[in-house]
Amino acid sequence: MDVRLRIQRFNPEQDDAPHFEDYTIDAEPMDRLLDCLHKVKAYEDSSLALRRSCGHGICGSDAVLINGVNALACKVLVRDVKQPITIEPIRGLPLIKDLVVDMDPFFQGYLEVKPWLIVDPVAKEPERERLQSQEERERFDDTTKCILCAACTTSCPIFWSDEGYVGPAAIVNAHRFIFDSRDDGARERLEILSSKNGAFKCRTAFNCTAACPRGIQVTKAIQEVKQAALFGSF
Amino acid sequence: MAHLHTYDALIIGAGGAGLRAALAAGKNVKTAVVSKLYPTRSHTGTAQGGMCAALANVEEDSWEWHAFDTVKGSDFLADQDAVDIMCREAVTSVHELERMGLPFNRTPEGKIDQRRFGGHTRDHGEAPVKRACYAADRTGHMILQTLYQQCNKEGVEFFNEFFVLDLIMVDGACAGIVAYEIGTGQLHVFHAKSVLFATGGFGKMFKITSNAHTLTGDGPGVVYRNGLPLEDMEFFQFHPTGLYRLGILLSEAARGEGGILRNKDGERFMENYAPTIKDLAPRDMVSRAMFSEMKEGRGAGENNDHLLLDLTDVDPEVVEKKLPDITEFARTYLGVEPLEEGVPVVPTAHYAMGGIPTNVKAEVQRNAAGDVVPGFYAAGECACVSVHGANRLGTNSLLDIVVFGRRGGLEMTEYASTHPLLDIPDDAHRRAEEWIEALMEGDGAEPLADIREVLQNEMMDKASVVRSEESLTDVHETIGKLRSRYERTRVGDRSKIFNTELVEHIEFGFLLDMAEALVVSAQARTESRGGHYREDHELREDEHWLKHTYAVKKDDGDPELTYRDVTLGRYTPVERKY
Repeated sequence: MDVRLRIQRFNPEQDDAPHFEDYTIDAEPMDRLLDCLHKVKAYEDSSLALRRSCGHGICGSDAVLINGVNALACKVLVRDVKQPITIEPIRGLPLIKDLVVDMDPFFQGYLEVKPWLIVDPVAKEPERERLQSQEERERFDDTTKCILCAACTTSCPIFWSDEGYVGPAAIVNAHRFIFDSRDDGARERLEILSSKNGAFKCRTAFNCTAACPRGIQVTKAIQEVKQAALFGSF
Repeated sequence: MAHLHTYDALIIGAGGAGLRAALAAGKNVKTAVVSKLYPTRSHTGTAQGGMCAALANVEEDSWEWHAFDTVKGSDFLADQDAVDIMCREAVTSVHELERMGLPFNRTPEGKIDQRRFGGHTRDHGEAPVKRACYAADRTGHMILQTLYQQCNKEGVEFFNEFFVLDLIMVDGACAGIVAYEIGTGQLHVFHAKSVLFATGGFGKMFKITSNAHTLTGDGPGVVYRNGLPLEDMEFFQFHPTGLYRLGILLSEAARGEGGILRNKDGERFMENYAPTIKDLAPRDMVSRAMFSEMKEGRGAGENNDHLLLDLTDVDPEVVEKKLPDITEFARTYLGVEPLEEGVPVVPTAHYAMGGIPTNVKAEVQRNAAGDVVPGFYAAGECACVSVHGANRLGTNSLLDIVVFGRRGGLEMTEYASTHPLLDIPDDAHRRAEEWIEALMEGDGAEPLADIREVLQNEMMDKASVVRSEESLTDVHETIGKLRSRYERTRVGDRSKIFNTELVEHIEFGFLLDMAEALVVSAQARTESRGGHYREDHELREDEHWLKHTYAVKKDDGDPELTYRDVTLGRYTPVERKY
């Protein structure tokens, strides 16, 4: 079947501003939008720039805006979206070319929350594994799913307007450690997230939860981090 | 002009092997990681089922049993000294990952939980054993995330979206690499005391594959073009359960948790091929059994062209809790509800057992005699130690990357601490520059996508699960023709910034090299062993073929093949039955 696509194009070596181009390609209802983009690149315009790798929603390379909604191009099927299908780069990060944005500011925000296990330096490490109950493990299961695709952060209206805000993905990754029974860094992280660029900037728009391709309850995680910061409960 | 950087330890690739090496080296010497992708995009992240280690947390187990299973699974081609090291260090490696924060699933006592996996058995094949440590069905994701977290904690430097194009060799030693910065189109020379390749596999030469689009054999390709050998390239693993048509992986954990493969009659056909461990037989055997079923008209669907993975008898709570991702894949991409119906599956190109030859210190070998290239290391799927031999057991890849990534990083530290930087020529980047110029200026008009499709189809039809002299000769000829077509193609995009068309052209060149090495190595091996099955030579022949293939590229024509004897140990080759 014919599939009509409207893709935002921008070549920084030629264009002053982004514009849309229309393409019609042959695709099947069960094809992924990533397959469609590949067809455009193979047979319509080989200069189309996009990122992709695994092609099945795990590596997090191909977050784009599809008909105005953030998603991974490899997790959306042709049959599930209205034509013409508009594809734009994710918002709030500097545009590089076509569907490619500069991810460095996103990863900077992530690093601000110290996303690694922090253990008490004087505590004695076990020789085998640390013990953790199934309930303790379950407590932070949801936020371990994050693939850092930036779909949540770049769907957040606060992030669009305030470049200092660490954004939902960073808070999700802080949550993953704050609620891990093995971690001793909760106070450090909550201090960072209580600052002016932290979790309290969130206005619970829920865009992030809707955008997450991994089904993480992002807004809920942010609320739990806020509560932990306010009441010291973690 | 190229930009110049200098490091003690330079790692190419940011999957599990590269990050584990970086962590080992980064604590001691000046270390950087050069990666074609942002590190968390690496393909380690898609590994699902688990990482085996004889922790004996759930059932009695020992690392020797694990070693036996690995050797038997390898169809006795693995080097047994390397296997012993891997299986022994598995235990400490898993504990170490846990202490780094990896969120393993837990037993009721709070220990790391373990589950069954293909080919892993108790007491030398008696029955399946619970050996795979796991984090739901995203174990690879958690390993990648955890190692990336630790690298950031240790302040390891990253050069993201830099594509390796060439090695810098000085008097037979490695002195750095040349890389192309995708974001700017500029070349960079990385001058280093020690270099480790951890660039992953090359499954994209096949039509149906679980591999990422970016897995094009760049590292082994660079090695091959520099006149260094590639080992055991004929051994490529096809995983039994790829999603029909797409090849997306459904973990063996699905069968470990009780899933069953059925043919169109609903028959559990693995009972006929591996009576003891049935659906949990090693991957090469299951994939071949599936091919037989389809060939004999017992495949499912109108065209008998797939089998069904039946999860309907598995407790729905287990499916949702322990296999959430793969059930979602079936729902998303095929519109199939795994709790109610069989999931259509086909064997999918999954893992290269072969690659850059190394010893157990991750040192790269420059010949079959085992002489090493000073300062040069490799680990992970791009390397061949060989711990996987002719067929890798499930979960042993995650183990391989952690064990040999760490060993490589420690060896680099030692080497960089005791050796000076070698002088390199000012024009070290010249050859890479010329390759790019040639691609930008070809006179061909045909789309790269067409040439790539021919390669992928031909490799799938003629050099995958079942091979013969005839099919391999055919595909060999095709590769020759594709090479001339490739040399004429031209990159249409003239831009410097994010020219992914140029990147794809370079990648395809590496894929062609990989396909050539695979096919020529496979033609020569006139026996069947593990993942290499010849219908014209159906038996394993230990008398002639208990040896590793080393393929070295020649300027004109086919690679030259030499051989090295397998390192045996406690286990004498016997017929492989399950």
